[in-house]
Amino acid sequence: MSFIATPQSMHFPEALPLQSGASIRDYHLAFETYGQLNADRSNAVLVCHALNASHHVAGRYEGQDKSEGWWDNMIGPGKSVDTNRFFVIGVNNLGSCFGSTGPMHKHPDTGEVYGADFPVVTVEDWVNAQARLLDRLGITQLAAVLGGSLGGMQALSWTLQYPERMRHAVVVASAPNLTAENIAFNEVARRAIVTDPDFHGGHFYRHGVIPKRGLRIARMIGHITYLSDDVMNEKFGRQLREGLDLKYSTQDVEFQIESYLRYQGDKFSDYFDANTYLLITRALDYFDPARAFGGNLTQALARATAKFLLVSFTTDWRFSPQRSREIVKALLDNRRDVSYAEIDAPHGHDAFLLDDARYMSVMSSYFDSIAKEQA
Amino acid sequence: MTEKATMQALARLVPEGSRVLDLGCGDGSMLDYLQRERGCSGYGIEIADANVLACVRRGVNVIQLNLDEGLAMFGDASFDVVLQIDTLQHLRNAEVMLRETARVGRTGIVAFPNFAHWPNRLSVLRGRMPVTRRLPYQWYDTPNIRVGTYKDFEALAQKNRLRILDSFGLQEGEAVRFLPNARAGTAVFHFERSA
Repeated sequence: MSFIATPQSMHFPEALPLQSGASIRDYHLAFETYGQLNADRSNAVLVCHALNASHHVAGRYEGQDKSEGWWDNMIGPGKSVDTNRFFVIGVNNLGSCFGSTGPMHKHPDTGEVYGADFPVVTVEDWVNAQARLLDRLGITQLAAVLGGSLGGMQALSWTLQYPERMRHAVVVASAPNLTAENIAFNEVARRAIVTDPDFHGGHFYRHGVIPKRGLRIARMIGHITYLSDDVMNEKFGRQLREGLDLKYSTQDVEFQIESYLRYQGDKFSDYFDANTYLLITRALDYFDPARAFGGNLTQALARATAKFLLVSFTTDWRFSPQRSREIVKALLDNRRDVSYAEIDAPHGHDAFLLDDARYMSVMSSYFDSIAKEQA
Repeated sequence: MTEKATMQALARLVPEGSRVLDLGCGDGSMLDYLQRERGCSGYGIEIADANVLACVRRGVNVIQLNLDEGLAMFGDASFDVVLQIDTLQHLRNAEVMLRETARVGRTGIVAFPNFAHWPNRLSVLRGRMPVTRRLPYQWYDTPNIRVGTYKDFEALAQKNRLRILDSFGLQEGEAVRFLPNARAGTAVFHFERSA
C-alpha cells in the first residue's frame, strides 16, 4: 500500500517565452511533492515525465484504489529514490492533459479553447517552466533531475540549460535525439490522429467530439514499439482469443495480440488528448542538443557539469543502448563524472517503468551515494 | 588479487593525480583507492552486473561494457594510465585489447597470474594443471580463458612494439625482480607505445 499523494497547482501569470518565438502566459502547472525539503534546501529531486505520464509520479490518491503513480515502484518511503531522504517533485508539462495548461484549456486573450492553436512546446521550454516552478518553491539547486525516455531528455537538457542548478542527472532509457525511424513512428501516430474525421483540424472540442479512432491507432503503434518481440511472443504468441479454429474473417479480432492492442488503444483514447499527443511527439522529434553544434554532441554537452548516471535496457529498440552510449561517450570526451549501466532486461523500452532487481539496485545505490554526499 | 599489499604495489606505479581507465575494474576497489590515496580520477569498465553495482555503491564511475567489443568509446591517449589488472586472462582477444590499452592510455599497466611460477611448473610436471591461491580454479571450471607467463607477455609486448618502462613479479605483495618468471605468482608490466 502506497502513501497518499496530493496534487497541487501553481499559477504563472507572467509570460514564458518559448523556443519558437511565441510565448504563453497565465498558465498553470500541476505538480506533486513527496517527502520533506531539508533545512538547506539541498535534497530536492525533480522527476520528469515521458509521453503519457504526469506529475503523479508516486503514491496514490485518497480513496482511490489502483491510483498509484507511474513510478511508484521507484519512488517512495524506503524505495530506490527514498522520500524519507529526498524531497521529490513531479511536474506535469505544459501542453499535457493531466492538469497543467494544455490545448483543452482557454487562451487567456480570446477566451477560446486553444485546440490546435496551443503553441508548439519543446523540451527546453518544459525545462524553463520547471525551473520557474522551482523558483517559486524556493529551490535554487536540485540534488538530481531524474527521467526516463522523453523524461531523460529533459534531465539531459537540464544539465545544459541550468548546469549550476543541479548536481546529478539520472537519464534512463533515453537518447540524445530521435532517429529517423523513431520520428517515423511518431509521424504514423500523428497521421492517424490528424486524419480522423473527428479531429477537425485540432478544434474538435468545439464540435463536442473526440478523435478516438486516431488516438487508438496512435497508441497501438506506440505500444508495439515499447515492447520487445520476445516479450510479445512470450505473452501472446500466436494464441487465438477463442478456441483453436481460425474464423476466416478479415475484420474480427482473432489473435490475442489484436485484442490486447485494441484494449490498450481504447483505454488510452478515453483519457488522452489528441492535441497533446501531437505536441509531445513533436517535442520528442525536435529534441537535439547537438543540432546547434553541427551535430557534435561532445561540444553540446561541454556545458554540463552534473554527475551522470545513465541506464539503458538491452532489448529497448526504441531508445537503444547505443543511443545511451552516445551520451556516455560525449560525457567521457568532456571528462565528466558518469556511470552507465546496461540492464539485460527482456521488456523493451517499457523496462524503465518495470521492476527489475538489477535496475532497482543500481538506482537505489546511486541515490544512496547522492544522499551520502549531502550528509 | 585484492590483497591490500598487491593493490598498493600496483598503485605506486600510477602517478598522483592521474586520469585512469581501469579495464575490468571489478568492485572498483582499485579506483576507489587511487582516488582517495593518490588523487586520481577516472572510470572503470565492467561487464558483470554485480561489479557495476558495487562500483556505483562506492561512488566510483563505472561504464558497463563488454571489453571484447573494444574501446571505440575512448579517444587516443585520453588517459594517463590504463589498467588491466587480472583482466587479460578473461579476454577473447588479449592482443587487440593490449593494442587498445596502448592507444587509449599514455601508459598501460598490465598484471596477470604468471603461469610459469614454479609451483605451477611443478604441478604440470606432475601431469596436472595447478590449483593454487593465485589460480584457484579447476581446469574444467574456470573463468580464465587463457593462461600465460611473464616471458610470454614480454614477447607479446615486443611484437606490438610496446616500450616496457618497468616490469617485475609480485609475490605476497612484494616485488620480485630476480627471476620473476619462475619466482612470482603475478606478472606486472608498465609500458607505453613506442614513439
